[in-house]
Amino acid sequence: MISKLFNFRGGVHVPQYKEISTQQPVRNAKIPSKLVLPLSQHIGTAAKPLVKIGQQVLKGEKIATADGYVSTPIHAPTSGVIEDIGDYPIPHPSGMSAQCIVLKPDDEDKWAELVSHAKDYSELNPSQLRNLIRSAGIVGLGGAGFPTFIKHNPGPDRVIDTLIINGSECEPYITCDDMLMQEKPEEIICGLLIIQHALQAKRCVIAIEDNKPNAIASIKNALQKFANDKIEIAEIPTLYPAGSEKQLIYTVTGKEVPQDGLPMHIGIVCQNVGTTAAVYRAINHGEPLISRYVTVTGDIGQPQNLEVLVGTPIDELIEQCGGSNTNIKRLIIGGPMMGFAMHQLDLPVIKTTNCVLVDAGQSKDLQARQHIMPCIRCGSCADACPINLLPQQLYWYSKSQEFEKAQEYNLFDCIECGCCDYVCPSQIPLVQYYRFAKGEIWKRELETQKSDIARQRHEFHQFRIEREKAEKAEKHRQKKAALANNKKTEETKDEKKVDQKQAAILAAMERVKKKKAQSDVAPKNVENLSEQQKQLIEEVDQRRAKQRQNPEQTTNTANKAEEEKSQ
Amino acid sequence: MSLYTPSSPHFHAPNSVSQIMLKVLYALIPGILLYVFLFGFGVLFNILLAIITALGCEALMLKIRNRPLMPFLTDGSALVTAVLLAISIPAIAPWWIIFVGTAFSIIIAKHLYGGLGYNPFNPAMVGYAMLLISFPLQMTSWQQIPALSENYLGPIDSFQLFFEMNSSALLAMDAISGATPLDYLKSQLGLEQTVSAVLQSHETFGLLGGDGFEWINIAFLIGGIWLIKQKIIQWHIPAALLTGLFAISLIFYIANPDQYASPVFHIFSGAAILAAFFIATDPVSAATTIKGKLIYGASIGLLIYVIRTWGGYPDAVAFAVLLLNMCAPTIDYYTKPKPYGH
Repeated sequence: MISKLFNFRGGVHVPQYKEISTQQPVRNAKIPSKLVLPLSQHIGTAAKPLVKIGQQVLKGEKIATADGYVSTPIHAPTSGVIEDIGDYPIPHPSGMSAQCIVLKPDDEDKWAELVSHAKDYSELNPSQLRNLIRSAGIVGLGGAGFPTFIKHNPGPDRVIDTLIINGSECEPYITCDDMLMQEKPEEIICGLLIIQHALQAKRCVIAIEDNKPNAIASIKNALQKFANDKIEIAEIPTLYPAGSEKQLIYTVTGKEVPQDGLPMHIGIVCQNVGTTAAVYRAINHGEPLISRYVTVTGDIGQPQNLEVLVGTPIDELIEQCGGSNTNIKRLIIGGPMMGFAMHQLDLPVIKTTNCVLVDAGQSKDLQARQHIMPCIRCGSCADACPINLLPQQLYWYSKSQEFEKAQEYNLFDCIECGCCDYVCPSQIPLVQYYRFAKGEIWKRELETQKSDIARQRHEFHQFRIEREKAEKAEKHRQKKAALANNKKTEETKDEKKVDQKQAAILAAMERVKKKKAQSDVAPKNVENLSEQQKQLIEEVDQRRAKQRQNPEQTTNTANKAEEEKSQ
Repeated sequence: MSLYTPSSPHFHAPNSVSQIMLKVLYALIPGILLYVFLFGFGVLFNILLAIITALGCEALMLKIRNRPLMPFLTDGSALVTAVLLAISIPAIAPWWIIFVGTAFSIIIAKHLYGGLGYNPFNPAMVGYAMLLISFPLQMTSWQQIPALSENYLGPIDSFQLFFEMNSSALLAMDAISGATPLDYLKSQLGLEQTVSAVLQSHETFGLLGGDGFEWINIAFLIGGIWLIKQKIIQWHIPAALLTGLFAISLIFYIANPDQYASPVFHIFSGAAILAAFFIATDPVSAATTIKGKLIYGASIGLLIYVIRTWGGYPDAVAFAVLLLNMCAPTIDYYTKPKPYGH
């Protein structure tokens, strides 16, 4: 038992509905008619396919490889033929399609050759273990799908003090972790020991919500065989979202993960029980991650947990569990608090699919919102928020699209757990507003980034043109200077003479200018002239033109006299 | 096939605005029953007319503002405003006082600011303050004689008095009306009497505060504690308000008990308890952060004492609450909680 637990702030008690899917043991789902394997089943870059259409593959064979650091490979869940590589609908809230490998099973389920490290894992160094975990395609099975090997790489200077195995499973309806703890406690504990070895963690805690007495008893029972006093079991109070990483870390250690940091920055690594068991299978049996426990529950014939091959179409899974008598209205992947409602049923199970929740209108808690009323600022939301935000203010600023204000109230600290939304007496879809605001802010940031790049590009273009001009001018000047220099050296002797000559020329030019200025004086008082006067001026102008043509015939004095006359 | 794809969470607790408002009304019932028992049926006519006026004005304004009628007429917020205003007004006040006050609360203080959720001031208190300033005589004439005396007003007497129908009832009104205990104490202290002498000299004072009113206040206190238990309101504002009022009155009481009434008298007289649990806790116009609620409540408590003791009005709940309503957004801004991991 653990010495001391801490209570995180906020949280809500939600109806559990867990018992409906824990009545029967976990069984293997049938190998489906086809398996659709999205290349992106994790956070990070999508995997790159290694196979061609028509290629025969064995169970566990790598069919797509990691592309970049934050990426993981994908393996064939069963033996068969690659039928297609192309875009298929994936389980994403937007209803989008993405590149998938489609595998047609041959029903022989024939394994590829596997390499086991059951005996020697303790001799492997952390880096080797990480590589094995990575090549087994293991990602966080709790829902987010972060590549597991990255969590096991805290960096050379960082000490991991505590390893928390998360078996709290606080979302209603979901029971796959509960069933895993009941049925395969040894796998979890062995996986824990491997991860502990990889991280050199001093303290290990298995955290389980106290609404799972069977799971707790099962783990306790299995733990006796291991005689390891480093492993503690924390029976944490049932309160949503106790299983959220940040809240769980606080409950177990009393520490808060810094707002801009990761758990490893405070010496903690959190790992889901399913992931832990997958690590065990990868190291001890060499099995890559090709199947997982999935809770299939809600308004269907036989709600239960199944061991499902990754890529199994969800509609086939629902059929296997007795289907639904009435029309399915809503398909939620994940739990009712944070799960996503999908656009269609023919989507594949992926590595992160923990629960398939079917709503055919029978559960009263899953009903749509009634009347959305204005916010009365009752503060129930702030009371329920596990992050200690002010949801009423975030709502206000998200709705009025004052996104800077929303960020000032720490919008991006929101984990979208839905507690505020759940308790709101005005039934306002608060989380939807926060998602909208976050999306808008991201969009705007992307746009400013784009326009920044465009502006920088333009500015550089201008700069380059200017620079080239300047360089040209400089070259030109240098050339000229060099030429002038050459001339100078030749003509230094005649310099004085040249100077005198130039001075004389300048003086002459000056005189000519003066003369011209005198002759080119603009006519004054030429407005409102009579016809006679105009005629006179014309005559004068003609005469002047003649004079200019034969300047030597006229004298200065005559010129002056004429000017006086015309004025 | 198109499935329904709302944003998470897909669960929702069965909470609603009307549920909150109804529970607030339930919590007022013991106090109202005691009021009727001790002071007659007048208050019931006040409440009835206030409710009719409030719903009528609400419907009218919703119609004018092109808002759906049913969800807002049934949310209960207009009922709470009506009842709170009705029990704040003397039970022997004429009908038009109630009518004007309630209409002002709903039309001006609530709907002109955007209706439910958008009013910066507590509508009932805006109505009350308007009435107190405009009709001081009617608003400060309270019954003097408590329960079961010869002047207890039955339903018929109250009805006649309410509509000023019967001259004998009007005469009776002169006989039974007078200042509230707080008002009386204030005017007597102005005549250089000591507190203890004033309290003993007049039958208007009871054990804890004003005779009769103290029991009604205890009933409101019980209702308020029930509301906290039901998680309709949080303890912060009531506790801070009563503590603030208690603390400042204690300081002055210790310094000079002849000149200043005791903390217990201040808490159990006037509308301090009603304000603490039912008026200052109006969520729309109050501060919403935890620290903010404490500051907001305590400030109202202090202001109630300051206005009662040195201000121009015998009781001060409406003004204290309205002044702090003004400060609520600023209080909230400067009392933001520290989020996880900051």
